Amino acid sequence: MSVLSFRDVWVEYGDKIVLEKVALDVAEGAFVSIVGPSGAGKSTFLRLVLGQEAPSRGRIYLDREPLRPEPGPDRGVVFQRYSVFPHMTVLKNVMFGVQCSDRRRSARDEAADMLRQVGLGDHLDAYPAALSGGMQQRLAIAQALITHPRILLLDEPFGALDPGVRLDMHELITRLWTEKGLTILMVTHDIKEAFKLGTRVIAIDKRRRDPHAPHRFGSTAVYDFPLDKPNATPPRAVDSMSEQAA
Amino acid sequence: MPRLLNIRPRGGGRLLLGLAPILILLLLYVVSSAARHAENPADKILPTVNAMVEQVRTMGFEADPQTGKAPLVSDTAASLTRLGAGIGLATVTTLVLGLAIGLVPLARATLGPLVSAIAVVPPVAILPILFIIMGLGETSKIMLIFIGLTPFMVRDLASAVAAIPEEQLVKAQTLGANTWVVALRVALPQALPRLIESLRFSLGPAWVFLISAEAIAADVGLGYRIFLVRRYLAMDVILPYVLWISLLAVVIDRALMGLSRAAFPWAHPSRSR
Repeated sequence: MSVLSFRDVWVEYGDKIVLEKVALDVAEGAFVSIVGPSGAGKSTFLRLVLGQEAPSRGRIYLDREPLRPEPGPDRGVVFQRYSVFPHMTVLKNVMFGVQCSDRRRSARDEAADMLRQVGLGDHLDAYPAALSGGMQQRLAIAQALITHPRILLLDEPFGALDPGVRLDMHELITRLWTEKGLTILMVTHDIKEAFKLGTRVIAIDKRRRDPHAPHRFGSTAVYDFPLDKPNATPPRAVDSMSEQAA
Repeated sequence: MPRLLNIRPRGGGRLLLGLAPILILLLLYVVSSAARHAENPADKILPTVNAMVEQVRTMGFEADPQTGKAPLVSDTAASLTRLGAGIGLATVTTLVLGLAIGLVPLARATLGPLVSAIAVVPPVAILPILFIIMGLGETSKIMLIFIGLTPFMVRDLASAVAAIPEEQLVKAQTLGANTWVVALRVALPQALPRLIESLRFSLGPAWVFLISAEAIAADVGLGYRIFLVRRYLAMDVILPYVLWISLLAVVIDRALMGLSRAAFPWAHPSRSR
């Protein structure tokens, strides 16, 4: 079943066409990498899914419901920078999402448990400024996952990290994706990263160009590579399998 | 020999360098004062240190038969009350308006131009209007401070709130926060250290407005006293009063800085680690 569907989506600013005729379906449990040159509309694509922007034509569906053009708790996000709240401790950053959905009693334990899963169990009371870049991104991931979003959006999440740290983060996100049966949409400019992590790689670029009017044509999904990897299995299925095994 | 811009004074040398001009000025004053008094023992323009100490004793520790309090004490109490009321009112208003204008585009469109328009009015120029409308009592003095500070502080806070990265606001919304929660838990706490900072910058102007208002119409207050004794060329009162006002300003400034460091450790990372 597809979690996210684009149906003939266009984004135009006056004469300038940014995205044209984007049509795609993201299956449950997929890890979709979006690549493309700078300025091709990767960020616009993500802004559409986040609801920061509405398509000028076409429709977007999340779980078959038309997507509300406003960020909401059904879509989690990790940005390259500024993803965490600098004025809250690590624990409070993660508790925020639980408290917003009004399950106050278990907020602390749930948040602490999530932080242990991303390897920040020993830093609950630190402020983000005291964390390294990689640890801040771990925090941002924990913060996004605590509300159990239908789809997790990653916007160049590891772009600002050192190569070694980046490998650790690849391991972490792959583990969380498998364990929790997440559906992930990751925008990256690192093609190797896109192929390493994704079960499907989509390249966004302009299909046609007019050198005299560069804005005349918009970008769309020019390549769509389904990779030969299994999708993440939803947690429920994992549970039932382990029951069968026992 | 290193270049001039690479020579960095440290420790005791730095302290000495900082003290030198102050000590030179003080010495210059004492010498000039002594010279004038040698010529004319009744000189009022540069009073001797002894004369000023004597005045501080009378003004600060001897009760005025009419009020039952030492003038310096009642002046200080009156001025700080006015200053506190004006600044307090300005701060509360700034918090509400600055947060709204910085965070909510609808509020920015509605109130932004009004605040910018009020900000260009020189506050002391409307002092007569305040006196006419509100009389010569406390209200007009407090209002002058309020009107003088608020537009600047609102604009400062609104720009600080508007500078909170869009990513944070989107992130909060993806965690299920509504406008109210974003305002109270994301924008407000991050705005508070900036509010205190802009309050510190506003203290100088606040004293100017206070002393202007007291100079024109008051019967007690630090500004009132300075302008009263000016008629008698009483420099031996004016100079200690000016020093006292400066001292109060420094103490308030330091207290606000301390408050910010204690309450918002995350905003002062170099000290918190």
